Amino acid sequence: MFKRRRSVDDFAEEIKAHLELEADELESGGASEDEARRRARAEFGNAQAARERFYLRSRVEWLDHLARDIRFAFRQLRKNPGFSFAAIAVLALGIGACVAVFAFVDAALIRPLPYADPQRLVHVTESEMTSSKVNISYLDYLDWKRLNTVLSSMDVFTGWDALLSTATGTEPLPALRVSAGFFRTLGVAPVLGRDFHPGEDSLTGPNVVVISYGFWQRQFGGNNDAIGQTVKLSGAVHTVIGVLPKDFEFALGNSPEIWAALKPEDECEKHRDCHNLYAVGRLKPGVSVQTALANLQSIARQLEIQYPDTNRDRGASVMLLSKMIVGDIRPILLLLLSGAGLLLLIACVNVSSLLVVRAESRKRELAVRGALGASRGRLASQFITEGMMLVSGGVLPGLALAVGAMQILTHLISKEMIARMPFFEGLGANLHVLTFAAVLALLAAVVFSVTPILQSMSQDMRDGLTEGGRGSAGTLWRRIGGRLVVIELATTMVLLTGAGLLGKSLYQLLHVEIGFQVDHLATLHVRLPGAQFPGDPEQIAFTRRLLDRIESLPGVRAVGVTSVLPAYCGCNSDWVRIADRPFDGNHITVDERDVTAGFFRTLSTKLLAGRYFSDAEDASRPRVVVINHDFARKYFPGEDPVGKRIGDPTLSPESMKQIIGVVEDFREGALDDEQQPVVYYPFNQYASSGYEVIVRTSQEEHSILPALTAAIHQLNMDVGVEQGSTMADHINDSQTVYFHRSTAYLVAGFAALALILSAVGLYGVIAYSVSQRTREIGVRMALGAQRSSVHRMVLREAAWLAAAGIAIGVVCSVAFGELLRGLLFGVRAWDIPTLVTVAIVLGLLTLFASYIPAHRAASVNPVAALRAE
Amino acid sequence: MTTQKNTDDRVALLQGTLDILILKTLVLGPCHGQGVARSIQRQSEEVFFVDHGSLYLALQRLEDKKWISGKWGVSENNRKARFYSLTAKGRDHLMEKISDWQRLTRAMGLILRGNAGPSSEEA
Repeated sequence: MFKRRRSVDDFAEEIKAHLELEADELESGGASEDEARRRARAEFGNAQAARERFYLRSRVEWLDHLARDIRFAFRQLRKNPGFSFAAIAVLALGIGACVAVFAFVDAALIRPLPYADPQRLVHVTESEMTSSKVNISYLDYLDWKRLNTVLSSMDVFTGWDALLSTATGTEPLPALRVSAGFFRTLGVAPVLGRDFHPGEDSLTGPNVVVISYGFWQRQFGGNNDAIGQTVKLSGAVHTVIGVLPKDFEFALGNSPEIWAALKPEDECEKHRDCHNLYAVGRLKPGVSVQTALANLQSIARQLEIQYPDTNRDRGASVMLLSKMIVGDIRPILLLLLSGAGLLLLIACVNVSSLLVVRAESRKRELAVRGALGASRGRLASQFITEGMMLVSGGVLPGLALAVGAMQILTHLISKEMIARMPFFEGLGANLHVLTFAAVLALLAAVVFSVTPILQSMSQDMRDGLTEGGRGSAGTLWRRIGGRLVVIELATTMVLLTGAGLLGKSLYQLLHVEIGFQVDHLATLHVRLPGAQFPGDPEQIAFTRRLLDRIESLPGVRAVGVTSVLPAYCGCNSDWVRIADRPFDGNHITVDERDVTAGFFRTLSTKLLAGRYFSDAEDASRPRVVVINHDFARKYFPGEDPVGKRIGDPTLSPESMKQIIGVVEDFREGALDDEQQPVVYYPFNQYASSGYEVIVRTSQEEHSILPALTAAIHQLNMDVGVEQGSTMADHINDSQTVYFHRSTAYLVAGFAALALILSAVGLYGVIAYSVSQRTREIGVRMALGAQRSSVHRMVLREAAWLAAAGIAIGVVCSVAFGELLRGLLFGVRAWDIPTLVTVAIVLGLLTLFASYIPAHRAASVNPVAALRAE
Repeated sequence: MTTQKNTDDRVALLQGTLDILILKTLVLGPCHGQGVARSIQRQSEEVFFVDHGSLYLALQRLEDKKWISGKWGVSENNRKARFYSLTAKGRDHLMEKISDWQRLTRAMGLILRGNAGPSSEEA
């Protein structure tokens, strides 16, 4: 039940009654009526103050003030929509950029790894003279595990190209082989079923696997009876014993779906000098990384003495697992975060400068309020409220922008990179990110409150009333603001130039001469299970059948096989030496490709000399090679290479091959690489169990992919066929293009932000300057200055700032371009068209940003301007 | 009149004592604010000065706490006035406060008297 609150009027009535009663009493004591009233009132004291206190008694004072401040601030913001929009937009952009980048930093560097006590997990490797981190061999691992005194457990893992047999065919799966204690070392337990038992990773152990949560959902529909079921992996039956938690991730393992017990059955694991394993260890409590390193190094020295043949110069290397996982990306992320922080800082400075401009035009209002008795505290709290309102207006759109930016940024990372950085999956506005946004908002609010407070404090209130005074603070701000704008413009120039150069590089890259027709080419990766196809004869026989089968499909014009798809990387390189020539000790580095006879036909390459391989050229025939034009030009100038012989650096007899043809250059290496010498070996002489199939089609190349996969599985269910693609997609999604596209987009994003920010900054400074010079402009116009000349005067001021900014920007841009040189392709660092375009864009921006204040200055009414003071 | 001289001898009320004084005044019967002020000033032989603003706020506070209740009425000389009377709850509170006060003044007295001797001896 609520009692009706007593009204202020009722209280005033009571005081009035008191005064009358008091006057009556005094009158009866002999005073005159007027005298009695006067004395009653004097006796009472300040009746107004009492009434006010009564009013305030019933409410929380500061809340009341706050509500009024908010209403007032809201009216102020609405009264000036241009200012409010600019301030909120700039703030939202700044906060958005900062929060988005922070989300990545949080995911990679702040959020702990999803393992128990991750600070005690270390990555253990061997070290060599030339490399500080190399894989560990199985026998070394056993010794380290047995002898060390610093790790409570140590386990190893290694990649496994598993082939899963399904009802419809065979599917390659990312998988790992791990020693039995692997999950216990990480401190992760399966959500369903059990972990490996100790000893299950011995040679006699059963074939058991732990599966990922995703695989469980996909393959077993998330049913509990998955445990105990079997899956056929690379031809062998394995029993599922456990399912890993949903949020489990292992960044070093390429997002594996299958985890098999590591039995030392691989040939490599029988030799101490064959290094194929990665190790993780858990430090004993209180043991530091340094202590662990010292201990393992002493063991390594011991092994060096014991096994000098295999372990000479082999040491140990230990680092925190978390550092190992995020090592590469850490500096990039921190750089991005500082960039975004800088943008936010500029945004805040700009909004502050807008606030200063506005406070200038509100000088009189403040002075009047001060003169009427508003305390400095009350005036300050008004500024604080306005600052808070601006910030809260900017935070929500900022967060929305950040979430959008996170999506875009995630797409800028290629799939292969994401697989190695599982922590970037499911990036979003979590608690950390929201807290960070709140902290940013708070800091911004502080800046926005303090700036106008400082400004108002530095001014004498009487100046405000007369509105004639021009404090030194004003000039100071104009100078500082002007310099900030020059810096902003220069930064924008640099970023825009960077974006322009990178964009141009991307364009050049995508239009690089490939050397063959890219369209109507479908590609597939085929993997033959080792158990069924142990050697060259089996692999060659099957591949022949596969090619025949595909060639007979409708819509297929030609088909070929290569070991590495063209336009991908300058990898699989090899050293060769030309026979019957003096050897100068320099090896010839060539890219080596194993291709079938149909490969050249499929790509429609041009034969310059000699002939291509025939299908009949297999191990029973003399070894032959085809070289590309680049090889011929560099190493057989003025000679006919056909008929010449090449071999390995020692020219061992079994390595000798005869050159039978020269093919016109086409791009084998990455798009941004120089053309390299390439040697093509006939697949039928150098077969392998994994290769790329390229198909030239007469129809749309995507549409034939299912038919291709089905055709291969008709031949053999156990052959792995990886999701097919097309040559065009392959080139567009290649690492090189991805990298160039990502950097171009990233720099362009920052440049766009900087552009907006510097426009706002310039506007702020010019508008402030105009507001300061209103009287001067009035005088000029009263003395006969034309509006156009006032217009010009203001634009001139802006032009000076812009010119300074652009001039500094050009110098910095060229320097920045030099820094970018490694990222540029087909563009010079001082690309004149880019620089000119950017300068013009900035010039237009300057005009645009200063047009409004210039227009305002020109429309000053001289009479009003002079009389106002 | 001697108002000026009186002012010099006046003592500001101790924090928290105004409530007790109001309640004590109302024991004698319902009274309006001006009457309460007069009464306190007279009974303290003009030593206590009641700030009228504070008085009315105190009356409001006591009413909010339901120790007194206020009602508009007519005074002896036919003026409209708000009359306050003590509630049962207020009477209990007053008794409690009086005994508290007496204990307090006794204790204060003991200490002030007790300390006067030794400190003067030392001096």
